[in-house]
Amino acid sequence: MLDTNTEDGYTTADGRKIGGVAMELRNITLRFGGVVAIKDISFDIRWGEIRAIIGPNGAGKSSMLNVISGFYHPQEGEVIYKGYRRPRMRPYQVARQGIARTFQNIALFEGMSVLDNIMTGRLHHMKANIFQQALWWGKAQREEQENREQVEKIIDFLEIQHIRKTPVARLPYGLKKRVELARALAAEPSILLLDEPMAGMNVEEKEDMCRFILDVNDEFNTTTVLIEHDMGVVMDLSDRVVVMDYGKKIGDGTPDEVRGNEEVIKAYLGVSHD
Amino acid sequence: MSATAATNSVPAELCSVPALLARNARQYPLNPAYREKEFGIWQSWTWAETQDEVRAMALGFLVLGMQQGDYVAIIGRNRPALYWSMVAAQSVGAIPVPLYQDAVAEEMAYVLDHCGARFVVCGDQEQVDKVLEVQEKVKCIEEILYLDKRGMRKYDHTHMNWLEDAMREGRAAETRLGAELEKRIAALGWDDTCVMLYTSGTTGKPKGVVLSNRNIIITSKNSSEFDHLKPGDEILAYLPMAWVGDFIFAIGQAYWTGFCVNCPESAQTMLTDLREIGPTYYFAPPRIFENMLTTVMIRMEDASPLKRRLFHYFMEQARKTGPKLLDGKPVGFGDKLKYALGNLLVYGPLKDTLGLRRIRVAYTAGEAIGPEIFEFYRSLGINLKQLYGQTEASVFITQQPDGEVRNDTVGVPSPGVEVRIAENGEVFYRSPGTFESYYKNPESTASTKDPEGWVATGDAGFFEEGSGHLRIIDRAKDVGKMADGGMFAPKYVENKLKFFPNILEAVVFGNDRDRCVAFINIDLSAVGSWAERNNIAYSSYQELAGLKRVLDTIQEHVETVNESVAQDEMLAGCQIHRFLVLHKELDADDGEMTRTRKVRRRIVEEKFADLIDALYGGKDSIYTETEVTYEDGRKGKLKATLEIRDARVFGQVAAKVAAQ
Repeated sequence: MLDTNTEDGYTTADGRKIGGVAMELRNITLRFGGVVAIKDISFDIRWGEIRAIIGPNGAGKSSMLNVISGFYHPQEGEVIYKGYRRPRMRPYQVARQGIARTFQNIALFEGMSVLDNIMTGRLHHMKANIFQQALWWGKAQREEQENREQVEKIIDFLEIQHIRKTPVARLPYGLKKRVELARALAAEPSILLLDEPMAGMNVEEKEDMCRFILDVNDEFNTTTVLIEHDMGVVMDLSDRVVVMDYGKKIGDGTPDEVRGNEEVIKAYLGVSHD
Repeated sequence: MSATAATNSVPAELCSVPALLARNARQYPLNPAYREKEFGIWQSWTWAETQDEVRAMALGFLVLGMQQGDYVAIIGRNRPALYWSMVAAQSVGAIPVPLYQDAVAEEMAYVLDHCGARFVVCGDQEQVDKVLEVQEKVKCIEEILYLDKRGMRKYDHTHMNWLEDAMREGRAAETRLGAELEKRIAALGWDDTCVMLYTSGTTGKPKGVVLSNRNIIITSKNSSEFDHLKPGDEILAYLPMAWVGDFIFAIGQAYWTGFCVNCPESAQTMLTDLREIGPTYYFAPPRIFENMLTTVMIRMEDASPLKRRLFHYFMEQARKTGPKLLDGKPVGFGDKLKYALGNLLVYGPLKDTLGLRRIRVAYTAGEAIGPEIFEFYRSLGINLKQLYGQTEASVFITQQPDGEVRNDTVGVPSPGVEVRIAENGEVFYRSPGTFESYYKNPESTASTKDPEGWVATGDAGFFEEGSGHLRIIDRAKDVGKMADGGMFAPKYVENKLKFFPNILEAVVFGNDRDRCVAFINIDLSAVGSWAERNNIAYSSYQELAGLKRVLDTIQEHVETVNESVAQDEMLAGCQIHRFLVLHKELDADDGEMTRTRKVRRRIVEEKFADLIDALYGGKDSIYTETEVTYEDGRKGKLKATLEIRDARVFGQVAAKVAAQ
């Protein structure tokens, strides 16, 4: 049983220290017209943990992720991030909050090389003005070098050196996913959101991706929130799991707790009404 | 030349690799010794820096309690730090044992247990995991060191160290242990073991080949002088570190001559890195040259008609004049002019793209290389030569001198090597590079190496009249007899088959039988590209291999080979009567090939016994199930129905078959 109430966090089974609350979602309700996508959900995300959101199709997982990222602004409830209540923001402001994400449907610049795609992730680390950029002089040059160095570290980390200069359009699906992760990492996020990072992958690619997610968490201590359908993956990877069904939270806890939760079993397997 | 006489030509103080390192650091302190591409940039280390790093590592090993005579296993891809760890181990008097990094855990377990490795140096987490898995059975391992820190934080580090940490501790212990290290380096002599390499072995368990400092250093000296290697040469180290060739090129010759060893960024970037470095001295097995040529040809097919015509015109020209120019034979002025123009328009850019522009000496060995492939590179003006060697000889037995290069021979005996042919045709040699013994295996040592130092190669061959070049026919034990008493040399036929780009691998059977049959593996990239160009859809290797049009093409190839085999009176019986295209690629993970990608004939024969029976039976097709091992070690089953084809045979044999 986890003690999630103390400010100091908890220690996982494999000995990692999980910190205090990074983000708290309080009574979130999100509506699209008459459709209620998320109904009165509360949970928290702690520094350094891998937090999974699972649920059947249409449960509102991706909407939840969009609320966390600040892309959707819930009609009710509040998001407390780094101790402050978060106001309504524009997407670029969201990005500067230190939250980076990958998408369910790959959203890369297909015509650009892998390197350039990842460099775009560093955009808000570049402060030089347009004239310096155009002349590639002074600050612009210095910045580009620093950013390239960071990007190269990520390329090395994700083992994609061999496709550094390849246009993204020519890559297979599994590698595109990895490039997307690289771009998200390039922003040096404090919270990383992964929307179905393993959808459509074969077993080997999934294993690689799992290893990368764990390594990212281990190496950079990045707080990770992920949505995933593959139950095996979720249970292996995550420290805590939120289970959603029809916009409601029906379970929250460690993988083992969730696995034993009757509501969850009902939502996933269904029960006979006799 | 006897072994001791050979060492007389080398100053006695240069009797170990650490000693050579010290000399290089003195003589060429600022020359680059190692380069590695990391984070997209080539990082380099001079000889002086290399010495400093190796010293720190050696001191680190001392801190961890490495003893003289300890065995240190090294597992990982080619990286400077792993090469240094070998030299560092030698410095403290231990013996480096590089292992194949793609070996599965059980193979690794056998070797680690056999040499009793106390220390293991791993490249990354993947290798550490394998060693930890093995450690349940192999109790001798005491300390694990690793190079790449990624993912390693959570491991139990009581007997595990990051290499960098060990080096830091080593540096700190300089005052305490420096003198001890000096003493250990000074104690190294000609007869001490330089390295132990496990032969992959086409049959049975791997054997540990013990090579002394004399073996390695004298061989490196002789071969470096043979090809006039010099400081300032560049090589790309990309072949497995466990292979004797890599040890000789990247350690022996590099330290003797003082040239620079470049390590690629990752295995997949090898070709890009080759291009960036532009090595002057290069070694590749025929497979790599074949792949490069296939890629060029595929890309030329997609080029514009003008480019294609230019390419073919000038390549034709190159075939005529290129090899002659390379051998220094007289060539007419007009031809020279055309070649120069071709060089400007085609050969130069092509060599540049392949990264072979600066090559002075290139070698291929291990397998026979197709005449067209060999010619192609020679005609571009690349000095590609063949050598014949084995682990037990510290590589070199024979090699081709400049100007006497031909496709069908393996050259003249290397300097200091004596070669003789036994009555049954088996090749024997004796040289300063001849190995000391097989580790913990006196029986094998005795049966391979006689008291006078002659070593049986296991290959059958003969010296050509006139030129004095050695020609290898086949493995001596594979050369068999057909039921009618005719000679059966499978490799000879297989090589002819493999020269077709569409055929990746072939296994011919026929020993003690009345006729020969064959298994064929198609080359996925060549046949796949053909299928793409002809709008033929396929979803897997298996499906592609079973297509009728593919089988037709392969049948044509087989018949062409039969026709050429029929020319040779002695081997006319080896024509292929029936064949099938296998539903899976022969793979080292399934034990069908060695890690150096040589077919394990016996295992293939046992595993696919049902298919062989079908080939000798009369059926047109056969249903089969095969167990395969996936990369993560799980097993699965592959089911297929294979079509069996009859091939036309030529000459006397055909007459005999007709008479039956």
